[in-house]
This record gives sequence, C-alpha cells and structure tokens, in this order.
Amino acid sequence: MIQVETNTIKQTVADHPSPEINTKVGPVINIKGLYKSFGKNTDILKGVDLTVRKGENLVVLGKSGSGKSVLIKCLVGLVAADKGELKVFDTDITKMNNQQLNAIRLKIGFLFQNSALYDSMTVRENLSFPLKRHSKKLTNKEVEHSVNEALESVGLKEAIDKMPSELSGGMRKRIGLARTLILRPEIILYDEPTTGLDTITSREISELIVHIQKKYKTTSIIITHDMACAKLTGDRLVILKDGVMVAEGSYATLEKSDDAWVRSFFI
Amino acid sequence: MVISLKNGFTEAGNATLFVARFFREVVKPPYEIKEFIRQCYIIGYKSMPLVAITGFIMGLVLTIQSRPTLAEFGAESWLPGMVALSLIREIAPVITALICAGKISSGIGAELGSMKVTEQIDAMEVSAINPYKYLVVTRVLATTLMVPLLVVFADGIGILGGYAGVNIHGDVTMYRYFSQVLSSLDFLDIVPATIKTFFFGFFIGLIGCYKGYTAANGTESVGKAANSAVVTASLTIFIIDMVAVQLTDLFF
Repeated sequence: MIQVETNTIKQTVADHPSPEINTKVGPVINIKGLYKSFGKNTDILKGVDLTVRKGENLVVLGKSGSGKSVLIKCLVGLVAADKGELKVFDTDITKMNNQQLNAIRLKIGFLFQNSALYDSMTVRENLSFPLKRHSKKLTNKEVEHSVNEALESVGLKEAIDKMPSELSGGMRKRIGLARTLILRPEIILYDEPTTGLDTITSREISELIVHIQKKYKTTSIIITHDMACAKLTGDRLVILKDGVMVAEGSYATLEKSDDAWVRSFFI
Repeated sequence: MVISLKNGFTEAGNATLFVARFFREVVKPPYEIKEFIRQCYIIGYKSMPLVAITGFIMGLVLTIQSRPTLAEFGAESWLPGMVALSLIREIAPVITALICAGKISSGIGAELGSMKVTEQIDAMEVSAINPYKYLVVTRVLATTLMVPLLVVFADGIGILGGYAGVNIHGDVTMYRYFSQVLSSLDFLDIVPATIKTFFFGFFIGLIGCYKGYTAANGTESVGKAANSAVVTASLTIFIIDMVAVQLTDLFF
C-alpha cells in the first residue's frame, strides 16, 4: 500500500513541473536582527537575518538547542520575539494585534514535530475542524470534498475515519500535513518532519514535501536534522549555530564548505 | 524563601490574568455552542452514575448513623427531615463538588495538560482558532451549569437513600417519608445551598483548565496538572463553603 502511495506521489510530482523561484519578487518572509531569549543568560536567537523567496524550500539546519524551532514559532506568533523585524508578506508581524496575526496565520501552515493531531477527534474531524471555523459558508458536502482532497494529496484517503491513536508515526505526519493543507496556506513551516521515522517513511515524507511545493506552489521553511531530507527538499540551506546564522547556500555548496563544522553536518 | 514568595505572587498574578481573560472571552462572539453542549454531556451526563451511587450511599449511611442518637431521645420521627436538611444544606453540595473535583477537575487538567504538551493547543493557535475560547470557556461554563444540576440530582437520590435507610429498621411509607421531608424544608434551606454550587462548579472548571492550560512541557507535568487541579479545587470548595455558610448565617 505504501509503495502504491509513494508511486502516486512520485507520479504527481512528475506531473507538476518545479515552480520557478522568482528572485525579482520581494521575499515572502524577511527576518532582520531577530533576538529571542528565555530568561537571563538563555539567549536562543542572537540577531538572525533570513530571507525566503516565493516558492522556495528553505532548510534550516543546526544542532539541538540552536534555536531552529524557536525561529519558526516566532514566525507564527507562538513565541514573541524580543527584538527585530519579522516581515511576512511584507507586514511586520511583531507589530500586529491578535486579529491581524490570525489573518496572517491563515496563510501559514505549520507541521508540528509530533503532528499535534487532536486526540479526541477522528481524522475527518481533525481536517474539517479548522475548515468549518474559517469557512462558515461551506456546505457539509463541500467540507467533505475538501477533506477528501487533502487526504488524497497525502495518499491517506482510507484513514478518514480513524482516530489519531490508530495511526503510525508516518501516517500521523501525513495527516498533520493534510490538516495544514486544507486551509490552502501559501507558506508551510515544517518542524522536523522526519524525526522519529524510519528511512523509508522519512523519504516518503520528504518526497511529499517536494510534491506539495510543486502542486500548491507553497513557500516552505523546513527545520530538520535529517540530511537526506535536507538534500531532497531544500532549494537552499542555512545553518544556525548558537542562535546565529553561520552558513547559507545550496546542499552541494555547503557540503564542500571550508568550515569543518559546517561540513560535519554532511558526514 | 524569597524565591518561593516570588513564585507564589507570580502564580497568583497568572491565575488572576487567566480569570480576567475568561470574563473577557465569555462575552465575545463567536460562541462555541456545540462544544459547550458536548462538554455539558461529558461533564454532566457522564458523571451521573457516580453522583447517583455516592448520593444514595450518603443518604443511606447518614440515616443509619443518625438513627441511634435520635432514638435515644425518642425523636426517630425527625429522621427524614434531619437527613433531608443535612443533605440539601451541606452534605450533598460539598460531597458532590468534591467528587466533581476528583473526576472533572483532574480530567480537564490532564486533558488540557496533555494537549499543551503535545502541542495541540499551539496547533489550534496557528490555525487562527482561539484555544482559550474553545477549550477553557466552554469547559468552565459547562461545569458552572452542570455541577449545580448534579448536586440537585444528588439531593434527590440522597433523600431516596434516606428512605431506604429508614426502612431497614422501620416501616415508613414513601408518601409519609416524603411528606416529612418536604414539611421540614424551607425555601431558605434550598436557595443559598444551590447558589454556592454555581461557585463550586465555576472554580472546579476554572482550576482544572488553569492547571492544564499552563502545564509546563513534558509528560510529567500532565500528572502534576491533574494532581494539582484536584488538590486546589478540593481546598477551594471548602473555602467557598465556609464563606457561603458565613454569608448565609449573616443574611438569612
């Protein structure tokens, strides 16, 4: 079954040519001098500058505790930045009130490390929950159609009536991704999408990320430790070290970096 | 000492902000009617068997324990009235509230705590859904409404238990028993006792939600949230009861 799903995804990836990253268009995400600390002497981000262009898949690498997850949580307002500019679609989210922030959040999808599926809801309810809240004019039939379409995108249509506890780790990630996709976000933030998965499932998830980028023309930031995932999904890679961005470039460039510490990620 | 004092003040400040947010959010649309009804079903309907069993036992045991003392004074005929008064004014509200603190407050604490730890609350937030409104407001409103109803239910079942207790050693008809119960009850016995149960319900829900919603990351904090919710809610019930009894005594 998994093989069939993977083939379907590969087929769909082939059907959709890679979107061109338009460098002339202004960046979708623009971070300047971002600082974040938790209490005294626990500076997590120390002046991060980052730009992500439309349609780009940006991979953020770094050791545990280097501030990768905090960085993307700042982008959706889950963590408030101490200092700096955080522009999403050319609007500084640090100066927004909750209502304005929610409007931006609707354009951003977030795949959590452990998928964060609602335990008390079935897969169908997990997917229809955000949709019903934000598209109140939709009929039940339309909601059902959107749920089926999102599940089809991740190759898990048959799991529609299952509870999250009945799903494997890989399936949970896919359902989490389907829930993210259902609101048709323009940006997707992936927090360690392949953590805790076997090599085959990790590859399937990575292929799915590429497939989604191509099909939905999304811009993505992918936080990962998985170099295979980084290689497969990343158009560009950045490396964070102790809250500072120390390297940037393509996989091939960074692999041959002069810096031994940067190269150590690729061994 | 200074640190624990500081932590105490921080906790008190956070709890106050949490309560203030409840009153802000409860009046603001959109209203989560479906979730509120679902919570009423879970909190109210699903607690009925437990409340019925304890209510029946309360009435039965109270009657059996009180009979010898009343018999010494030849006042056995006062038994139905005394049992009804004790149950309605004090025993049923407090015991039912304590049971709800154990079942509902800890349940809410553990549920929201685990949602916090597994980032489900964050997932709602990034989907532009207000998790406070969906999770906290609905649960607190449901406990505020359901606990008083459960107490009234426990009152009724407790009085039935009393009827069973009276008939272990005697032979009293149901009509006679309930006539004595009703004639011994006054409007002022029922109203203040019922009003205080709304406060019990409000704090049972609020404490469970606060402990769960503010749980730290890590699975250990889920257990701590549940445990802390029961302890704090139980203590709060006794404090509210003490204040309510004093106020009732003062005004009625």
